[in-house]
Amino acid sequence: MSGISRRKFLAASVAVGAATTLGGTKKALAAGSFSGYPNSMGVLVDLTRCIGCRSCEAACNKEQKLPDPNLPFDDMSVFDQTFHHGTQKRRTDESAYTVVNRYTPEGSEPIYRKVQCNHCAEPACLSSCFVNAYTKTKEGAVIYDGSVCVGCRNCMIACPFNVPAYSYSSAFGAVVKKCIFCHETRLKDGLPPACVEICPQEALTFGKRKDLLKIGHQRIQTHPGRYIDRVYGEKELGGTHWMYLSPIPVEEVGFDPRPGNEPIISHVKEFLGVVPMVLAIWPALFTGFHLLAKNQEGHGDHEHDTEHQHDEEGGQQ
Amino acid sequence: MKSLVELGVKPVDSLINERNDKRWSLMEKLFLGLSPGQYLGQALRNPFNWILGLIFAVGLPLILYRFIFGLGAITHASNDYPWGLFLGFGLFCMVPLSASGFMLGTTVEIFGRHDFHPIERLALLNGLLGYFFAVVYLMVDLGQPWRLPYPMFWSFGPAAVLFLVAWHVATYLSVQIAEVSVAFFEWMDWLGGKRFIRRITIGLTVSGIILSTLHQGALGALFNYAPGKVHPLWYSASFQWIHFFVSAIPAGLCMVIVVSTIIKKTMAWRCDDGFLDSLDRCTLGIAKGAAMGLITYLVIKFIGVAHDNEWAYLATGWGAWFLFEMFVGVLLPLVLFAYAIRHQVASLARWGAAFTVLGIVLNRLNTALITFNWKLYQEIPHIFEFIVALTVFAIYITTYRFILYRLPILYSWKEQPQEALAPEAVKAAPASTTVSPANAVYRKID
Repeated sequence: MSGISRRKFLAASVAVGAATTLGGTKKALAAGSFSGYPNSMGVLVDLTRCIGCRSCEAACNKEQKLPDPNLPFDDMSVFDQTFHHGTQKRRTDESAYTVVNRYTPEGSEPIYRKVQCNHCAEPACLSSCFVNAYTKTKEGAVIYDGSVCVGCRNCMIACPFNVPAYSYSSAFGAVVKKCIFCHETRLKDGLPPACVEICPQEALTFGKRKDLLKIGHQRIQTHPGRYIDRVYGEKELGGTHWMYLSPIPVEEVGFDPRPGNEPIISHVKEFLGVVPMVLAIWPALFTGFHLLAKNQEGHGDHEHDTEHQHDEEGGQQ
Repeated sequence: MKSLVELGVKPVDSLINERNDKRWSLMEKLFLGLSPGQYLGQALRNPFNWILGLIFAVGLPLILYRFIFGLGAITHASNDYPWGLFLGFGLFCMVPLSASGFMLGTTVEIFGRHDFHPIERLALLNGLLGYFFAVVYLMVDLGQPWRLPYPMFWSFGPAAVLFLVAWHVATYLSVQIAEVSVAFFEWMDWLGGKRFIRRITIGLTVSGIILSTLHQGALGALFNYAPGKVHPLWYSASFQWIHFFVSAIPAGLCMVIVVSTIIKKTMAWRCDDGFLDSLDRCTLGIAKGAAMGLITYLVIKFIGVAHDNEWAYLATGWGAWFLFEMFVGVLLPLVLFAYAIRHQVASLARWGAAFTVLGIVLNRLNTALITFNWKLYQEIPHIFEFIVALTVFAIYITTYRFILYRLPILYSWKEQPQEALAPEAVKAAPASTTVSPANAVYRKID
């Protein structure tokens, strides 16, 4: 009686196990060897050139058809805004996919940093999404399909740059919101995103990622006093497609100085590898335990439990 | 209810009404064999119901408000803390506290320890309801809860840890429904269903172990997506999933002890002697298992600290908080359990269980909320978020109690065949030990 169910169960669990895990491991392995699309695009942000004019914010707002801001884009008082007891500067949200913040290191001119999605080569948001809403396009953008977004907000947990925001204000259509590199309207036709196009200071350079890396290192070499020797985003978290040149250590402009060079997916691979092993080993292991325990009981198997017996009898009548 | 039982009213516990030899109707079963008036009376006399009523009066409109105006209406709508109390407490705490189902199922069905049988059904029910309400919390939290089936049928992201959680929790929920349905089939007198579940018990139990191992672990692995956000003492690069899995074992076991203690204090009328007499023994037995789980957990937590070389953090404020969690939630219950088992003091084991439950809740809240974004700022959830979380918990308690009152979880269902019952009924009649509900009310008035 129980033999049949065990056999059936084993067959079923192997089938389910194979179905649920093969997909997972295959993708994880592919992610491990992924070194980016060869000709994908990126942007190099030169913090020494940015003057904090906020025209990129305005351009983004227009291009992405976002709601009007509370304060106009030429109002520079936003740089004085702080949040959460003065610990936080402005961040991206559902109505602003990019913001510029001002940092004032002691004894130096203010430095402005533009925040937007950095379009990782191996995006954390993509790897954490259980409905596969995110796509890394061959042009380099990380885009998403809001029509399947369930609203679990795991991508927001996963994003090491705290970029994705959520449309909390919407009751029936709440989805994740973030910069998509103007993929739909510009990037896929080879055009730079709206923010880059409007920048009056050429603080943003649009180009192939591999060329931008060369440009970045060249600038550092040509002006060793102007920059710190680091292209932030070259290797960080598996590499990003938006990269930064900074005149001061990156932690002073609000970056995590040591995010590690591993993409976020590497941190969950260990667990994903455990899954097929548990699915494969546990059935035999625990059915085996059961058989061992049963054998030990011997003849006592039916004596120990009068209730069971009683139930069975009751059931037959 | 207690006062009615003292007056001789006997709640439904069998197929046949002993007073008139007829089968109880469904309505009678739902009212526990009381008249509607009596039922309402006992419900109104219970002060706890008034507390629940107050919570519902405030909380239910707030839940409605959330679904009309969006999540931002009852939370701080934080983009930095995307997961608030609904997941931090509702999902990450309720799920480990519901590991009881697979633990006791394994003990009884796989290892053949039928001496734990009296408490097995309570453990299974505790598991089922905990998971069910974890999903309810999730539904409150999800931006578009009606899309919850998407990862199942519509759009697959199989490389995501949450995909595994979704599938496993859904599958395990069905497994648990099947396991608990035995009690329901007895109560409804659908014996075919019961026989069918009996036949597949081993299969159900083993799949329960597999699914539990993986999704308890997966809840931990979800935080591996945020290596820079969770404080290093609560984050382990290699062992996060196993920390969550191992701690779920004492969590689930201790939750059963806590729940059974509350039942013993408030619901003894519903328990049969088989349950009450074996409760102390079962409690100590479960405490033994929980103690083994806790000591393992303590060791692997410190292995985690050593593995990532995080000793320096112990000297910081966060370190003190971490040590506090370990002392109160792990070490203290270990000491209590050790003493309780050595000297066979069940009441002490119950205290140990209470501290363990608190410790696990603290651990999950620490990981998901308190130490999350430790480099940024501390988020204190909106007052409405607290109220809604409390309201869902109150619905959980109400449902839990509703089922315990009725289904044969704490007592065994008497399925005497008609002819066996007849002489008993004759015996009972002259002794007139059973007072009819109507009489009981009269006496009360007297």
